[in-house]
Amino acid sequence: MKRIDLHLLGPLIALVGLFILGALLNPAFLAPANLSNVLARSAFIGLIAVGMTFVITQGGLDLSVGSMAAFLAGIAIMAMNALAPITGVNWGTVLLGMGVALVGGLLAGAVNGALVTKARIEPFIVTLGTMGIFRSLVTWLADGGTLSLDSGLRALYRPVYFGGIGWITWPIIVFAIVAVIGEWTMRHTRFGRHVEAIGSNDRVARYSAVDVERVRLLTYALLGALVGLATILYVPRLGSASGSTGVLWELEAIAAVIIGGTALKGGRGRVWGTVVGVLILSLIDNILNLTDLVSPYLNGAIQGVIIVLAVVLQREKRTADER
Amino acid sequence: MTAVLALDAVTKSFGPVEVLHGVDLALNAGEVHALIGENGAGKSTIMKILGGYLAPTGGQVLLDGRPAAFRSGPDAEAAGIVVIHQEFNLVPDLTVAGNIFLGRELTRGLRLDHAAMRAAAGELLARLDTAIRPDALIRDLSVPDRQMVEIAKALSRRARVLIMDEPSAALTHREVEALYAQVDRLRAEGVALLFCSHRLDEVARLADRVTVLRDGAVVRRALRGELTEDGMATAMVGRELSDIFPPKDTATAEELLRVEALSVPGIVHDAALTLRRGEVLGIAGLVGSGRTELAEAIAGLRPATGRISARGRETPIRTPQDAAAHGIAYLTEDRKEAGLLLDKPLAENLTLSALDRLGFRIDRANESRLMAQATRDFDIRAASPAMPAGALSGGNQQKLLLAKTMLPEPEIVLIDEPTRGIDVGTKQQIYRFVRELARAGKGVVVISSELPEVMGLSDRILVMRQGRIAGEVAGEAITEEAIVRLAMGLGAEVESA
Repeated sequence: MKRIDLHLLGPLIALVGLFILGALLNPAFLAPANLSNVLARSAFIGLIAVGMTFVITQGGLDLSVGSMAAFLAGIAIMAMNALAPITGVNWGTVLLGMGVALVGGLLAGAVNGALVTKARIEPFIVTLGTMGIFRSLVTWLADGGTLSLDSGLRALYRPVYFGGIGWITWPIIVFAIVAVIGEWTMRHTRFGRHVEAIGSNDRVARYSAVDVERVRLLTYALLGALVGLATILYVPRLGSASGSTGVLWELEAIAAVIIGGTALKGGRGRVWGTVVGVLILSLIDNILNLTDLVSPYLNGAIQGVIIVLAVVLQREKRTADER
Repeated sequence: MTAVLALDAVTKSFGPVEVLHGVDLALNAGEVHALIGENGAGKSTIMKILGGYLAPTGGQVLLDGRPAAFRSGPDAEAAGIVVIHQEFNLVPDLTVAGNIFLGRELTRGLRLDHAAMRAAAGELLARLDTAIRPDALIRDLSVPDRQMVEIAKALSRRARVLIMDEPSAALTHREVEALYAQVDRLRAEGVALLFCSHRLDEVARLADRVTVLRDGAVVRRALRGELTEDGMATAMVGRELSDIFPPKDTATAEELLRVEALSVPGIVHDAALTLRRGEVLGIAGLVGSGRTELAEAIAGLRPATGRISARGRETPIRTPQDAAAHGIAYLTEDRKEAGLLLDKPLAENLTLSALDRLGFRIDRANESRLMAQATRDFDIRAASPAMPAGALSGGNQQKLLLAKTMLPEPEIVLIDEPTRGIDVGTKQQIYRFVRELARAGKGVVVISSELPEVMGLSDRILVMRQGRIAGEVAGEAITEEAIVRLAMGLGAEVESA
C-alpha cells in the first residue's frame, strides 16, 4: 500500500519541490504579486482542465476547448459592443456578455457531446472538427484582426481579472471554488460514479441501467460551460479576442489532467490531481521566467518531459497494482 | 520414474493470506493429469506457478527432478512448458499463421517467410481436424475456432509439458472430440499433460490421474477408474450433493410480465411469453437461437418491436433505464465484459445500478453496510471488500453480479447462463438463490445451455429455435427428449404454446 500512496502523492511532491526550487532561485518568486500572477494565469487552464477531467474520465476527449474559448470571447465582446448603445455602459451589459459566453459554452459543449453520443462519431474526430470550426469562426468574425471591447466597458470589466480580496484575485477564487466542487462531484455523487464506470467499461455501465449517452453528453456540456466561465475571466485581462486567442490551451489542459494521475483511457478521475498538474505547468513557466538558468524558450521542452514522465510513473503504478 | 515437472510442498501467499498449503503434484511423461476443485480452490494459482507466471512462496518447482526457478512465462516455455490460458492470448488483427508463429517467426534472411509459416500452420490445423484457413484473421473467427488456434499454437511449441485451463469450455461437440483425439495423440508421444475442467465426464474420459483440490490443499488423489463422477463431485465439495436443485412449486396466478409479438430485426421473430409471480420460466435452445437477444430486448438493451406489459401495464421499453423503472433486471451471460467493472472495488460494483438509494451525496457508510449484507446473503468470499472485482474467483464474481442485479429490488429478473464457468458447489448455491427469489415473489426467467440446469430449476420451459419460440413444456412433460426435439425442429409430441 505504501508504494501506491507514493505514486498518488508523486505530483504533489513534484509541486512542493518546484515551489522550494523557485523560492531558492529567486526571492521575488515568493512575492504576493508573483504568486497571485501565477495562480491567476493557472485559473483559465485550470477551469478548463477540471471539466476536461470529467470528459477524459468517461473515456472521451475534447480538442476544441482552446478554439472554443477564442470563439466565446469573440461573441461575448461583439454582444457587449452591440448592446452598449442600447443598454448603456453598465454592469447589466457586462452581465449579459458573461451570459452569452456561459450559455454559448454550454451549447458548444452540448454540440460536441451530441455528435459523440447521438451521431456516434469518435470524440477525437468530432472535436478535431469543431476545433477548426471555432477557430475559423472567430478569425472570420474578427476579419482576420482583433475584436476589441468598448473602452468604457473595458474599464468597468477590468476588476474582474485584476480585482479580488487582497492579492487573491477573482480568477483564483473562482478556480478554487470550481476545483472543490469538481472534486466533490467526482468523488461523492452518482454523476461522478457514473462517469468513472463508463470510462472503466461503458458496456457494463449500459447493462447496469446507467444512461451512458446522457452522462457523456453532460460531461461535454459541463466542459463547455467551464470554458465559458474561463472566458468570462479572461476577457477583462486583455479586453480583446483574435484568431490567436487560446491557442494550445487544449493541450495544456489535457497535459494537466494526465500529470494529475487521471488515466487517459478513462475510468479513474482525480480532480485534485488535475489542479496540481495545472500548478506544476504554470510554476515551471514562472520559474524559467524568473531565473536565467534555462532559457524560457525551453519551457515547452521541459513541460513535454514532465508529461512523459508522469505517464511512465502511472504505468509503473499499474504494474505494481497487478502484482 | 522421475516426474517431468513437479511441485514439492509448494505454498503460496498473497499478502497475509495463504492460498496454497503445501501442495505436492507430479506430472509424468505420457500421462494425462486432471486437476479439479471448486472455484477458488487454487487450481489457477497452481497452473500459474507451473507455467512460470507466479513464484511459489515456499517449497519448490522441480523440472526433471532438479529445482527450477522460472522468472516468467516465456522462461518456462523455453524449458518446454506451454500453458493454454482460458482467456485467449491472440492478436485479433493478425492472421492465424501470424499468431501461431508470433515471437518465433520463420524468416528467410530479413524477410518473413510467409509461405513457410502458412504451410506449417495449415499442417497443424489439419492435424486438429479443423477447416480454419491459416490466412484468416483472428477477429473473423468464432470463439471455438480461436480455441483451436490456441491449441495449434501450443502444439507448434513442441511442448514437453502442456497445461490447459478449461480447454473444452468454449468448444462444440465435434471440436471437443478433435481436442480429445489430440490429447490422446500427445499422450502417446510422451508429453506430460495437465488440465483443469469443470466437466467431470471429460475428466473421467481423459485423465490417467486425478488430483482433487479443496481450499488450497490436495484432498484426494486417484488413478483412472478409482473415482466416479459423483465421487469427484463429493471430494471437491466435501459433502454429499444429493439434492442439487431445490424444490419448486412457488408459482402464483398473478401475471408479472407479458410479452407479445416481440421481434428483434433479423434475430427474434414474433416471440410471446408470460411470467407469473413466484415462477421460474426456463428458456432453452441452441446457442444462437435468439435466447439472449429476446431477454436483452425485454430489458431495453436491444431495439425491438412488439408489446411488453410489466406488472399489468403495457409499457414501451426502449432503454435499460425504462426496464429498471418497471422492475425488470437482466443478468448478463458475459460477466467480464458486460457485468462487472473488473478494476473497481466490490462495493462500487454492487451499488452501480442502485446509486439513487444512497442519496445525492453517496452515503459510504450505507454503501459499506449494503456490501456487508450482500457478502452475507450471497456468501461472497473476498479477501477484502476493497479488492477489485476482477480479483475474485469466477463463482464469487457471479455471486457479486447476482447481488448487484438484485440490489435495485427488481420484480422481474432475467438470468442468462447463471452458472457459466462455475464449480458444482457454487452452482448449487446459485440454484438455491434463484429459487429463493421465486419464493420471495419475484418472477424469474432462466436462460441456460445446460439442459439439466434449466430442467432442474424451471416450472415451465420455452424452447427457442432459429429466433422463434418453438414450443413449451411444463411440469411432468419436462423431459430432455422433449426439449431437444423442439430445439432441433423435429416437431414435438407436445402442443405448442
